[in-house]
Amino acid sequence: MKRDLAVRRLDEPGRPVVVRLDGRDLELCDGGNLAAELLAAGIEPFRRTPVSGAPRNPFCMMGACFDCLVEIDGVTRQACMTEVAAGMTISRPGAVSETKND
Amino acid sequence: MIEADLVVIGAGPAGMSAARQAVEAGLSVVLLDEQKRAGGQIYRNVAHVSPARADILGPDVTRGGQLVAAIQHPRITHIAGASVWQIEGGTRVAYCVNGVAAVASGKRLLIATGAIERPMPVPGWTLPGVMNAGAAQILVKQSGMVLENAVLAGCGPLLYLVAAQMCRAGSPPLALVETQSTADLLSALRHWPGALRGWRHLVKGLGLLAEIRKAGVKRYSGASAIAVDGADHAEAIRFTVRGRQHCLSCETVLLHHGVVPNTQTARSIGVPHEWQARQRAFVPTRDEWGRSPQNGVFIAGDGAGIGGALAAELAGAISALQIAGDLDALTPAQRDAAARPLRRALRGELALRPFLDRAYPPYQGALSPADETVVCRCEEVTAGEIRKFAKLGCLGPNQAKAFGRQGMGPCQGRYCGLTVTELLAAENGQSPDVTGYYRIRPPIKPVTLGELASMPATGWQPNGKQENDREN
Ligand SMILES: Cc1cc2nc3c(=O)[nH]c(=O)nc-3n(C[C@H](O)[C@@H](O)[C@H](O)COP(=O)(O)OP(=O)(O)OC[C@H]3O[C@@H](n4cnc5c(N)ncnc54)[C@H](O)[C@@H]3O)c2cc1C
Ligand code: FES
Repeated sequence: MKRDLAVRRLDEPGRPVVVRLDGRDLELCDGGNLAAELLAAGIEPFRRTPVSGAPRNPFCMMGACFDCLVEIDGVTRQACMTEVAAGMTISRPGAVSETKND
Repeated sequence: MIEADLVVIGAGPAGMSAARQAVEAGLSVVLLDEQKRAGGQIYRNVAHVSPARADILGPDVTRGGQLVAAIQHPRITHIAGASVWQIEGGTRVAYCVNGVAAVASGKRLLIATGAIERPMPVPGWTLPGVMNAGAAQILVKQSGMVLENAVLAGCGPLLYLVAAQMCRAGSPPLALVETQSTADLLSALRHWPGALRGWRHLVKGLGLLAEIRKAGVKRYSGASAIAVDGADHAEAIRFTVRGRQHCLSCETVLLHHGVVPNTQTARSIGVPHEWQARQRAFVPTRDEWGRSPQNGVFIAGDGAGIGGALAAELAGAISALQIAGDLDALTPAQRDAAARPLRRALRGELALRPFLDRAYPPYQGALSPADETVVCRCEEVTAGEIRKFAKLGCLGPNQAKAFGRQGMGPCQGRYCGLTVTELLAAENGQSPDVTGYYRIRPPIKPVTLGELASMPATGWQPNGKQENDREN
């Protein structure tokens, strides 16, 4: 589920906070863009499609494609339109248990 | 409910300059944008970029900073993080902010929702590791993150800008796979006089190319048969140049072949749109002031037709002048006198466009994708299936929904609409205008039941039937 994506930070990362991702603790930068922070943390895929189970990651980063959909505290939201907050519970639709990746 | 003379959706250059022009004429403005900070696409997060990031982004940052400063005005209420999901009665706008739904009501409405990148369906474009080039730029602007070892594929000025910004950030792309050909450039040359009037932009473009060259980025042009390979993530990009096949291994592929108006908001209230052949996209019907046929609704900026950021700024101000005229804050003479220099400047800004549109036409392989290519990312419908629907007698995108689920997923057709129109038009031998586009129904942004429940009682009818619904 983790990969060394080629994301390089240009500025010092912000203050880390702990969120829950699929039942595990993960440190992300407080107030950062959730999609960007998950990408930088190497989280992949964000979800799998209901149609074919294909893996998906953010595509547009501007709220238009809906490929970054994750469940946050029980509600499906666009990660690219969400800011990281301490304690948020994130789960990746279809991405974890039933995939061959984990 | 918050009320103002003018409600503006979109705090990009068009919306910000309209807001400023309107308050200067004495009006009050509510400015809504789903982003947490004003700026729009070009000036995203501009007031908060670090000096190092500002160097990477280039001189546009200065102009953006001025616009953001100009909307700090007592009569402008900027509501950030407000996603607009429905418009009713012409100018009443429902939005959600921090999980709470609310309504802004204006005497006039300006839609300034900008552009999205033109969908570029190539085999493998749904794989993780493949993004829009603009998405990579958003990572820089908003999060200070740069994608390393990327291959950029497609064409257009924004592709060069993103590449140059990556070079400045110290992570030049591995390669630029460009789809325009020498023939495109030659056919663009008949628009050379106009191009010369836009020489400032041309000089800027040449500067970008020089930066890309200096960084040693390999450039291919006239590429076709572009495809991304990979099982669960991009592994390589394949393409053909002059009959020769190439394959570059890479984990990040950034696609871009121009931007098109984001027509979602205007369509959701039934504003008619027409096909603009030169830009190969639909644009909303509007007069020289940006006024749409819908009562009280104006549209300005790239959402009304691609002209770039400076043109968007001018168009926003021109609409605001007419709105001020409508509301008796300016006399017709004052309005016209103020609009004259703006119109002149706008003509100058638009002079380069015909040249650019010819020199960097959209990639043919994505306008008419191979049968097995997925065109609807949400529902995973392929180009071949759309062609099959046409053979079964399907004439337009709405009728096609009875055959497949394309356009019915969460993105509401934003990334397949134009492709489906073009495919059906080509297959049926009809124009895109006759073929039409998806009918867009609110909510245009997701809204939860909890958010709806938080709506104050205003006699509001969520998801009411819109006028001008039309089957095609
Ligand atoms: C990803 C991307 C990156 C770009 N980068 C550049 C660049 O670096 N340089 C350049 O010259 N041009 C760039 N462009 C081109 C761009 O279109 C500019 O010309 C310019 O930003 C257009 O200004 P605008 O005011 O018309 O719209 P925009 O600047 O796009 O502003 C529109 C605003 O509307 C908001 N919005 C849209 N829908 C809703 C809704 N339903 N509810 C609430 N708010 C909404 C958006 O959040 C956005 O802030 C880019 C385009 C894209 C798509
Ligand atoms: S990445 Fe496209 S909506 Fe979030």
